[in-house]
Amino acid sequence: MDESLHTNLLGIEMKTPVLTASGTFGFGEEFADFVDLSRLGGVMVKGTTLKPRRGNDGVRITETPQGMLNCIGLENPGVDVFLAETLPRIAAYGMNVIVNISGSTVEEYGELAKRLAVPGVAAIELNVSCPNVKEGGIVFGTDPEAASAVVRSAKANTDKPVILKLSPNVTDVVAMARAVEQAGADAISLINTLLGMQIDIERCQPVLGNVTGGLSGPCVKPVAVRMVWQVAQAVRIPIIGMGGIASAEDAVEFFLAGASAVAVGTANFTDPAITMAICDGLAAYLENHGLKSIDELIGKANPGFLKGGR
Amino acid sequence: MTLPKMLRNAKILAQQELAPRVFFLVVEAPDIAQAAEPGQFVQLRIPLGEFILRRPVGVAAVDRKKGSVAFIYRVVGKGTKALATLMPGEMVNVLGPLGHGFHMDYEHPLIVGGGMGLSPLLYYAAAMQKKGDVLIGGRSEEEVFWKDLFDELCGEVFISTDDGSLGFKGFTTEYLPKILEDHKYDAIIVCGPDVMMRGIARIAREHGIPCEVSLEKRMACGLGACLSCSIDTTDGKRKKVCKDGPVFPAEEVFL
Repeated sequence: MDESLHTNLLGIEMKTPVLTASGTFGFGEEFADFVDLSRLGGVMVKGTTLKPRRGNDGVRITETPQGMLNCIGLENPGVDVFLAETLPRIAAYGMNVIVNISGSTVEEYGELAKRLAVPGVAAIELNVSCPNVKEGGIVFGTDPEAASAVVRSAKANTDKPVILKLSPNVTDVVAMARAVEQAGADAISLINTLLGMQIDIERCQPVLGNVTGGLSGPCVKPVAVRMVWQVAQAVRIPIIGMGGIASAEDAVEFFLAGASAVAVGTANFTDPAITMAICDGLAAYLENHGLKSIDELIGKANPGFLKGGR
Repeated sequence: MTLPKMLRNAKILAQQELAPRVFFLVVEAPDIAQAAEPGQFVQLRIPLGEFILRRPVGVAAVDRKKGSVAFIYRVVGKGTKALATLMPGEMVNVLGPLGHGFHMDYEHPLIVGGGMGLSPLLYYAAAMQKKGDVLIGGRSEEEVFWKDLFDELCGEVFISTDDGSLGFKGFTTEYLPKILEDHKYDAIIVCGPDVMMRGIARIAREHGIPCEVSLEKRMACGLGACLSCSIDTTDGKRKKVCKDGPVFPAEEVFL
């Protein structure tokens, strides 16, 4: 029934072009009661760093109108534990595992990419845009030169496809996209969260322990669609579109703007089975519109869409 | 160990205001009623468009014959306010049961609770079939409407109020040492404000009585994936309230 949704992205066979966004879906296994993980195009697992990280203290999430703010701060057990314990454990689900990595130096990205060049890892996603960690992160995500250096470092250390996750917290997202394409990124995912904050008016202090956090959910979708649209006119590498997708209709917008695949994030919290409904809805949309394949939808609404190597 | 979790729309069988802004919600969910253990919780989806995060609510009672599950919650913000507008016959989406509950293998536990913390303890008291006594704390008589709910489920019912309008005058932590002078318990099961749980846990430790506490933290997924509800354990580990808890041995989380 998913015939029309089958796609091949970066050499990875995907039953559907619906992935899950890093940080919102754990390692996939937490959702196994509700989701056929192998039906997903891939699971972008929780951000992994070289050393274990305990994450931020204090309040880590808060709800906002049609969205939420988070400042988890990349809590994770570190790449060694991921490789020794997590990866073998989740192999049984038959899903494409895309490992999201964060480093505090350019070299750390290379080292992580090298360690993760193992069977069972389908691709690497470079997180250069986490707004919730003090060192590294945001600098690599806002400076085209620094982002390019990160891409080159990762590419030099792995044969796996390398996806760069772009931050929306920049003046010119297109310049960032062009730079990382030039540096050899195999794909771009966008958007990461938008920097935001909320203040508790009774306590007269910020709600989040880290003061600021990343905004996600339906409220960011128009920003994400716009950025996918602009980037799709500027680069030829595939785009994985994400940002506020909560329905098949939302996903269709991203494909029409030029995304080759989509990732669902915050909506997994609202409904842990939402990705399955989005797959069903996408297949129905294609059928209702006389389209045989999701590929026919990519960039359909975007006159300046560059086809290139997608 | 991961217990089975359900995700389903459930018909609302009853929704009534027990006390100002405190609601008793009963839903039809036979599978959740069958699986839920005392101390576990569910994530309720809030109706109306604006809300994207579910609200964690402890299981207050189950009726396995009728296939119903009950929750008690307080209206604290816009989300719970929207929840309170739902009428019998309408549907609410329920995810659960989630987390791990209290141990049941005690002969004579003392159940201690304050505020909404008493809600999951109600199910525990019922499941223990009168083996337990209960100590209910509140600011004043109006806050201890819980007494009526616990009366038939427990042996002895102890009450403390800050203003002395009902029962012992003072905090539960002041009353507990007096109760322990002439009562013997093989466990203390506590759920309430953080300061209360810490105080009760300290007294339990001084008396050499095992103590279990149920923690509350902001959470998004409820499944151990988003890491919103991380806590530090006393041995320096990171655990998740939603998945590893919400019930922990007191010594694991309180120094």
